[in-house]
Amino acid sequence: MPQHHDFNATAPQDAYERERRTNVHPDGWRNPPPADRYALVVVGGGTAGLVAAHAAAALGAKVALIERARLGGDCLNVGCVPSKAIIRTSRLYAEMRNAEHYGAQIPADIRVDFAAVMERMRGIRARISRADSVQRLAAAGVDVFFGHARFTATDVVTVDGLRLRFRKAMIATGSRPDTPSIPGLVEAGFLTNENVFELTELPRRLLVIGGGPLGCELAQAFCRFGARTTIVQDWPLFLPKEERDAAQILSDAFARDGIEVRLNTRAVNVRVEDGQKLVDLVSDDYKSTVTVDAILTGTGRVPNVDDLNLEAAGVDYDTATGIRVDDFLRTGNARIYAAGDACLEHKFTHTADASARIVVRNALFLGRQRVSALTIPWCTYTDPAIAHVGLYVRQARERNIPVKTFTIPMHDVDRAIADDEETGFVKIHVRERSDRILGATIVARHAGDMINEITLAMVAGIGLRTLARVIHAYPTQADAIKQAADACNRTRLTPTIKAVARRWLSW
Amino acid sequence: MVEAVTQSDEELLDRIQCAAFGYFLEEFNAENGLVADTSRAGSPCSIAVVGFALSTYPVAVERGWMTRADAVNRTLATLRFFCASEQSESPEATGFKGFYYHFLDMHSGARVWHSELSMIDSALLVAGMLTAGRYFTAKTPEETELRALVETLYLRIDWRWSQGGSEMVRMGWKPESGFLNYCWGGYSEAILLYVLALGSPTQPVGGGCACYDAWTATYQWEHLYGYDFLYAGPLFIHQFSHAWIDFRGIQDRFMREKRCDYFENSRRATEVQREYARRNPHGFNGYDENCWGLTACDGPSHHLPELAHERRRLFGYAARGVPYGPDDGTLGGWAALASLPFAPEIALCAARTMRQRYPEMLPAQRYTSSVNPTLAGSAGQGAWVSAGHFGLDQGIVVMMIENHRSQLIWRMMRDCPYVVTGLRRAGFRGGWL
Repeated sequence: MPQHHDFNATAPQDAYERERRTNVHPDGWRNPPPADRYALVVVGGGTAGLVAAHAAAALGAKVALIERARLGGDCLNVGCVPSKAIIRTSRLYAEMRNAEHYGAQIPADIRVDFAAVMERMRGIRARISRADSVQRLAAAGVDVFFGHARFTATDVVTVDGLRLRFRKAMIATGSRPDTPSIPGLVEAGFLTNENVFELTELPRRLLVIGGGPLGCELAQAFCRFGARTTIVQDWPLFLPKEERDAAQILSDAFARDGIEVRLNTRAVNVRVEDGQKLVDLVSDDYKSTVTVDAILTGTGRVPNVDDLNLEAAGVDYDTATGIRVDDFLRTGNARIYAAGDACLEHKFTHTADASARIVVRNALFLGRQRVSALTIPWCTYTDPAIAHVGLYVRQARERNIPVKTFTIPMHDVDRAIADDEETGFVKIHVRERSDRILGATIVARHAGDMINEITLAMVAGIGLRTLARVIHAYPTQADAIKQAADACNRTRLTPTIKAVARRWLSW
Repeated sequence: MVEAVTQSDEELLDRIQCAAFGYFLEEFNAENGLVADTSRAGSPCSIAVVGFALSTYPVAVERGWMTRADAVNRTLATLRFFCASEQSESPEATGFKGFYYHFLDMHSGARVWHSELSMIDSALLVAGMLTAGRYFTAKTPEETELRALVETLYLRIDWRWSQGGSEMVRMGWKPESGFLNYCWGGYSEAILLYVLALGSPTQPVGGGCACYDAWTATYQWEHLYGYDFLYAGPLFIHQFSHAWIDFRGIQDRFMREKRCDYFENSRRATEVQREYARRNPHGFNGYDENCWGLTACDGPSHHLPELAHERRRLFGYAARGVPYGPDDGTLGGWAALASLPFAPEIALCAARTMRQRYPEMLPAQRYTSSVNPTLAGSAGQGAWVSAGHFGLDQGIVVMMIENHRSQLIWRMMRDCPYVVTGLRRAGFRGGWL
């Protein structure tokens, strides 16, 4: 993929990086001689590929995995892992500056050591890369091939001149950042998730284009490191898929942190003058220019499908939406399946994982598991974080499902008050006059952890009232879920039931 | 529905209502009938404030604060101005497609501040026109002309155009850049806008009920603080449409499903405000069960010299709401009182309590836009109070007190055929309808 290196974006090749490289793409790796035929060839060594390869090999299948660059994919190398590592440090800085709020003293000299932030991130990334290592794969019996995969027949894929025949194959080539078509952007240079974690120096002024999850998370992190940060979003709110209250709370949180928020605004031109990047912005009829040292784009992702020679394999695809699969994740070629970002709308690590497991069952064991049956939560790890699972209210209403939301503001939750983490809410959507959970949105410091309880309930078919019977350790922020369940329970107390109860108790 | 009020309550309401109405006399330009957005020097006209002004003249006539002839003259001045004003794509026009720019020059009536052609503010203006049309029903030449102008101005609005190709009505349009990027979604005061847009016999919104259903599909029915209600944070949202339309006992599909109506919903929203203030999560001064009113209002800002060094976050003019804010300790006292029709006891109790605690909030019995008891006033004493007066606040106070006292506006608008048609097309049934 094209890299737009920018702003000292070359990480030092320290011991951590050497370890990661050894794990995810060792120098001097020699591809093994291919077997006559594989039960499963996995194209792509990201989350989906690794999960499928390990699962299939553990079940006794002869498996080959082909990876073009680095095992672990975006998640490990340029996505979830490094971003969460730096977000943690940025949160610490925010708390230091806000220490008085916690009855502590603000440290006398808060200086951000960006190099140390990134070194810590590299250390964490190297450690987590052990789980995704080529050595682990090889030990599991997987033949690992590094190189460029191309299909040459409906049951053959080649990598560096080696022909790999397969009974079944899974395409899990992932996705890459979409480059916004802004005149002058490419010439000026810009950051994406693919190179932002290579930075060795904090940009003094940063413009983030795109108010999706990546843009929001990194805008807040870099602002907290001290970069004067502007975020431009062409919609009236951030995270346009999320509900308005969640997005509004996020906007408020950004403003609180000192991010300059430019909603309903488009970047229309970029030019470089005296080493600075000048970006022209337009909001309706209001035009302005911001001057920054670096530009980070987070305007969506496109699937990696266009250089696999999929035509030779009889696999249909679209360069925007990816490989076309049915509900069983099978492509137009009955031998070939797809998983993860290459074919799914929801481009998350956990969705890649879940889809890969479906492929292993469906491809190798005549399974009939449907991807549409998955209950997929997600979370944007801003502060507060925004997590969601299931239907949004609007989706339910569009399907004519009567929906009622039980809302607990975090300021009603004892532990959130104690933690001074009162911003946010738990909203659980149920079918009106029942306790069937349709979905939930949680905005809270630890929303990502809290949403799992709702996901569990939905997958297991547990109603919200049953959650009221689950004793929640006190005090925890997840008590908000219990409070919502209690509120749902109370709605059973109709005036008639109340009257009966009163009569009973008056005896 | 309205319980008999005590004499002292009646006196209090009368004084506050009359003082609020005084704003429209003081901030009125007799040459064109426009009314200023605020009493601050150099304020332009807000078309929504003009809509409120037109709605308050009948109240003033009934209460004896103004002669009918004076009210007719003022109304005619306004209607004649809008009828003759420039309707074009010019950035300096007064309006386009029957809609008007949000802010107009008080003297020339031309667009100012690069403001948007505002669908909701035009609806509030037209609601005021229709109110005048229902009240001034005499067969005199003046009142006959008045009614003809109202018809012309309402019927020429191209509501379908205001959708800009969307299912819902857009929030605005600018000659420089076209339609604003967003529509009226989520429960809001736009229920009035949709009713008027559906009721037009000439150019109603496209899609009919589907347009309204697309809007209600964005509703959120929530259980918060023990109340089931159609959620919207700022209190004014639960009040503005109710200034004109009597929502008691009439239900659209959504409210039938929820076994509620919009009037009852506003009562619950008022209770939710009270619950929030009782909790007072940010620990602001003054908040309690009788001191609330988070709404769209002016507020303290770091731009004010006396607050330049204030460490708290301040939001200036903002749509404050519950339970997620923004909340900087600023309350619109008028908003608490404007809930009078829905929850007379608690609204009056709040109004009395706030007035007693912060008399500086009501100079000469007229509400300022807001009070912030957490911040000291400019002289270092009392609470911070917004300077001057805002027309919207005075308008809603006059109308909601009147609806509480005599239901005058509601009764008139129940007979307005466009409102009745709009409500029916939106799927409203039952009650007085």
